[in-house]
Amino acid sequence: MKVTIDGQEIDVEPGTTILQAARMIGGDLVPPAMCYYSKLKGSGGKCRCCLVEVSKGSEADPRPMPKLVASCVTGCMDGMEVNSSASPRVEEARKSVTEFLLINHPLDCPVCDQAGECDLQNLSFQHGKSQTRFIEEKRTFEPEDIGDKIQLHMNRCILCQRCVQLADQLCDGRVHGVMNRGDHAQISTYITNAIDNEFSGNMIDVCPVGALTDKTFRFKSRVWFNKPYNAHRNCDKCCGKTTVWMFGDEIQRVTARKDEYHEVEDFICNTCRFDKKDVKDWVIEGPRKFEKFSVINRNKYALNAPKVEIKTEDQILLGRKEDQKKISMVKVPLNNTNDNSKS
Amino acid sequence: MGTKILLDKINIPGIKTYEVYRANGGYASVEKALKTLTPDEVTEEVKTSGLRGRGGAGFPMGLKWSFIDKKSGKPRHLVCNADESEPGTFKDRYLMEYIPHLLIEGMITSSYALGANLSYIYIRGEYMWVYKILERAIKEAYAAGWLGKNILGTDFSLDLHVHCGAGAYICGEETALIESLEGKRGNPRIKPPFPAVSGLWTNPTVVNNVESISAVPWIVMNSGEEYAKIGVGRSTGTKLISASGHIKNPGVYEIELGLSVEEFMNSDEYLGGMMNDRPLKALVPGGSSVPILPANLIYKTAAGEDRLMTYESLSDGGFATGSMLGSGGFIVYNDTTCIVRNTWNFSRFYHHESCGQCTPCREGTGWLEKVLHRIEHGHGRMEDIDLLWDIQSKIEGNTICPLGDAASWPVAAAIRHFREEFEYHIRFPERIKNRDHFVNEPFEKVRNLV
Ligand SMILES: Cc1cc2nc3c(=O)[nH]c(=O)nc-3n(C[C@H](O)[C@H](O)[C@H](O)COP(=O)(O)O)c2cc1C
Ligand code: SF4
Ligand code: SF4
Ligand code: FES
Repeated sequence: MKVTIDGQEIDVEPGTTILQAARMIGGDLVPPAMCYYSKLKGSGGKCRCCLVEVSKGSEADPRPMPKLVASCVTGCMDGMEVNSSASPRVEEARKSVTEFLLINHPLDCPVCDQAGECDLQNLSFQHGKSQTRFIEEKRTFEPEDIGDKIQLHMNRCILCQRCVQLADQLCDGRVHGVMNRGDHAQISTYITNAIDNEFSGNMIDVCPVGALTDKTFRFKSRVWFNKPYNAHRNCDKCCGKTTVWMFGDEIQRVTARKDEYHEVEDFICNTCRFDKKDVKDWVIEGPRKFEKFSVINRNKYALNAPKVEIKTEDQILLGRKEDQKKISMVKVPLNNTNDNSKS
Repeated sequence: MGTKILLDKINIPGIKTYEVYRANGGYASVEKALKTLTPDEVTEEVKTSGLRGRGGAGFPMGLKWSFIDKKSGKPRHLVCNADESEPGTFKDRYLMEYIPHLLIEGMITSSYALGANLSYIYIRGEYMWVYKILERAIKEAYAAGWLGKNILGTDFSLDLHVHCGAGAYICGEETALIESLEGKRGNPRIKPPFPAVSGLWTNPTVVNNVESISAVPWIVMNSGEEYAKIGVGRSTGTKLISASGHIKNPGVYEIELGLSVEEFMNSDEYLGGMMNDRPLKALVPGGSSVPILPANLIYKTAAGEDRLMTYESLSDGGFATGSMLGSGGFIVYNDTTCIVRNTWNFSRFYHHESCGQCTPCREGTGWLEKVLHRIEHGHGRMEDIDLLWDIQSKIEGNTICPLGDAASWPVAAAIRHFREEFEYHIRFPERIKNRDHFVNEPFEKVRNLV
């Protein structure tokens, strides 16, 4: 089946969703996703971040779809044409979903443990507005203890329900889920239960925001001060393939390995995640290539350096070049200054 | 007097009981269908009748039935939607309470048409007393051989259960209803797949409203063609309207579709005009989720034609000047009504009832309510009106289920038609402190912002 997204055509198998097709193409046209998680059955459709415009339904029925559709749960049709990042309507919808998500989410990235790896932070960076129109008081919840490994900070939850689906599919004896409705809905355990299943730690990895964080790592470090390495160990419970996050030669945190869409490759067990913090426990494979798009990785926190205009005349620079040759100095890069002087 | 199809026998003493119901021709449609018609012929009759779903959306019932997947070989189900939680709508409970066997008869005939051997009535939790009435009636029907194995000696068997919900508006949405019936949280499912292909326990399922199903016995007995003769255009048959608000005779009425709104409002047979003869200010014709109509658009459409009680006429062909027939919750407001407070009240409801799955509805309904609350309590800012407009426009069409739309339409229509009233609230916060401010402040004064 042929599908065209933002003018780029791709061949896909029947049953592929628009989001999957977009991810195959890659690049800027890939819709953001906060609730879809390819490793979790039944995820997607909820956050509405990935809305796209279908300008042509299919070869058989070329009519455009009147409403925007959630790309993560909409299947491709042969001949379908989709506008993603190129569509102003989609851009507007992403802006408004971001605004909706932020009205009740505390804007406390500087103290939040998820900063630097938060999907909502990235989404706001791309689609957020600089000013809020929400002057009401934000919804807040009483802190709640859900066990010794995972910290729940309900105020930050965006109810994507990934953790619930994970618990459903990975843990037996599930004790947590969604209580109540609407914006008073909350993630909680069933009547003061504690979460202690061997695979429960994966909830931390699938949580797109800082609502579920690792109690053994909390506030130890900002993630950008850590160096991630791929590592493995022989584990009888899980694949044993992880990323260890080092500060100097101390392992501060262990997570599953994530791809560029922040989805883990393989879920890992709690022993690997919480209990193996000694370098001797692991075979370190090498630094983890960390290509994911994020505020930190794009270094957006750094101030833009002002452009310095050096008003050196070209003749003088040429003279310097000649001198350098004569005294065989180590090459000082001059390109920059050259460019500047031209501009 | 219009034709009565649903409420025809409602005044017969004891019609609630099996004996009286049967003695008055009850269950004849089951006999006729099972003995003389094939399931497809029953579906065909319903198709011919043009009956449109009475739960709100108005989708042709026969067409919906024809979508049910008969090839998969899986068991099929009919589920009756008796959740009836739309504020202003209280017609289904009337049928179930006073003539429960009509629904059961409809369930049997419809299940036969669909090839369903296990059917359910999903009733809202607050209708406990109706639940008990239905339970008793089902027991009677089992005892008389209308339910169970090999009904009337044919090879059609049917089990029918009533399931009581826990009282959540969202469980009226058909896929949330199915989830709830399966014992899960009542969250709407993402469509496709539609229930006709994968519904209850992934089996092909049809969900229909109480009133829709209750019309089937008449159609089987009198033919779809006869049914289609009643009404106007694509709005065929009769409709129950639950009328409330500032009128002389509130209650549940069965009308022939195509009756003029003016006659319905003012004739003594129906609403009998305005309570205490105060002026009419606004109308919500189809339950709280549909757009409100201002006085000048109640009796006439924007095109100047008489407005009729039909799906098409009330919607003005989809133009913003129209509303919807919806579930038939006809709410009438006189000049003392505060539109802002009314809109806030509706918003409060949708905020409370949003299931919280999708972002625009979960966060948007809460935001709408908070802004409206502020305006109503004298803390509004002029820019809030545009803000409300903007928020509702960003919920509409971007959600999983139509609850998001239902929350935004009332706000949009209130601003479209009664913007001055919002401005009045913002400009004169001290005047709205009195609960009955519009009794003392004539509407004209508000309109002109003096
Ligand atoms: C939020 C929401 C609430 C609903 N509540 C009801 C209800 O209480 N009763 C009902 O019959 N239909 C309700 N519906 C409509 C149902 O989803 C469905 O369309 C209907 O039951 C189909 O029956 P019909 O074809 O006979 O109308 C609701 C829809 C939504 C979106
Ligand atoms: S806790 Fe995290 S994963 Fe769970 S619903 Fe909230 S945001 Fe999603
Ligand atoms: S629109 Fe509202 S009620 Fe419907 S699925 Fe979304 S959050 Fe739930
Ligand atoms: S990622 Fe598609 S709706 Fe959330």
